Amino acid sequence: MNIAEFLAMGGYAAYVWPAYALVFAVLALNVWAARRSHERALEEARRRLMQEESGR
Amino acid sequence: MWTWFHKLASPPHFYRIAGLTIPAFSWAAGLLVAAGLYGGLVLAPPDYQQGEGFRIFYVHVPSAILSMFVYATMAIAAAIGLIWRMKLAHAVAAASAPIGAWFTACALATGSIWGKPMWGTWWVWDARLTSELILLFLYLGYLGLRSSFDDLQRADRASAVLAVIGIVNLPVIHYSVVWWNSIHQGSTLLTPGAMPIAMKWPALCMLAGFALFYGAVLFVRLRGEVVRRERSAAWLREVLVK
Repeated sequence: MNIAEFLAMGGYAAYVWPAYALVFAVLALNVWAARRSHERALEEARRRLMQEESGR
Repeated sequence: MWTWFHKLASPPHFYRIAGLTIPAFSWAAGLLVAAGLYGGLVLAPPDYQQGEGFRIFYVHVPSAILSMFVYATMAIAAAIGLIWRMKLAHAVAAASAPIGAWFTACALATGSIWGKPMWGTWWVWDARLTSELILLFLYLGYLGLRSSFDDLQRADRASAVLAVIGIVNLPVIHYSVVWWNSIHQGSTLLTPGAMPIAMKWPALCMLAGFALFYGAVLFVRLRGEVVRRERSAAWLREVLVK
């Protein structure tokens, strides 16, 4: 099987590849969003601790 | 056993152990998805009716199964959080919701892309499609309800009630193709003998890979949720120093 034939997906290229691209873009977005959420939680905690310390 | 369980559920231990297991989950997920992609796109033979177009199956079905699996996890965790007032359980529910919402969106979008060439339409108000759309609205409603509270504990409790009520939608999605005369085909992946092995194993690899991916992303989010719920200044200081 050659590459062009593979990419053509038997005439369904316009449906198969966007479906795969979409799903993998969403997976990547999930990783990015989860990391950002974790970092934000750490930032908030840092702020909370600093407030507690200055309040004392 | 119970002491081990209690130790694991304590925030500092959970935070540390989650951090250690994330790379293992990620690698396993990556390898399984890579194997599933190669098997699904290259090795599996074309379908006798749908030709190469059926290959959307390998991203559509794992997304759809995960959309329901994540909801079930979220609802059970929410119920545990409500009954035993366990912070970690509420954290699991809160961390699962955005991931599940994205899997649901993927299932709907890839199904729509698949429907166009095979059914001749992007969308029909069919029982399976409609109940899956309701699942997306349940996730969005859950996330919206959470964000309307400033107090994390009240957000946990209120959103947990919604998550638990919404679980009635899961059997509706699953049996929609049986109960109603649906355009959507029945379950092939989970029915023995419905699919040849050469077509089936890549789908099972993708499914396992997606499930482990959920585990990895859940743990990253959970670490954040645990920190948000933690009031022990000593432990937070220890985490933040690193």
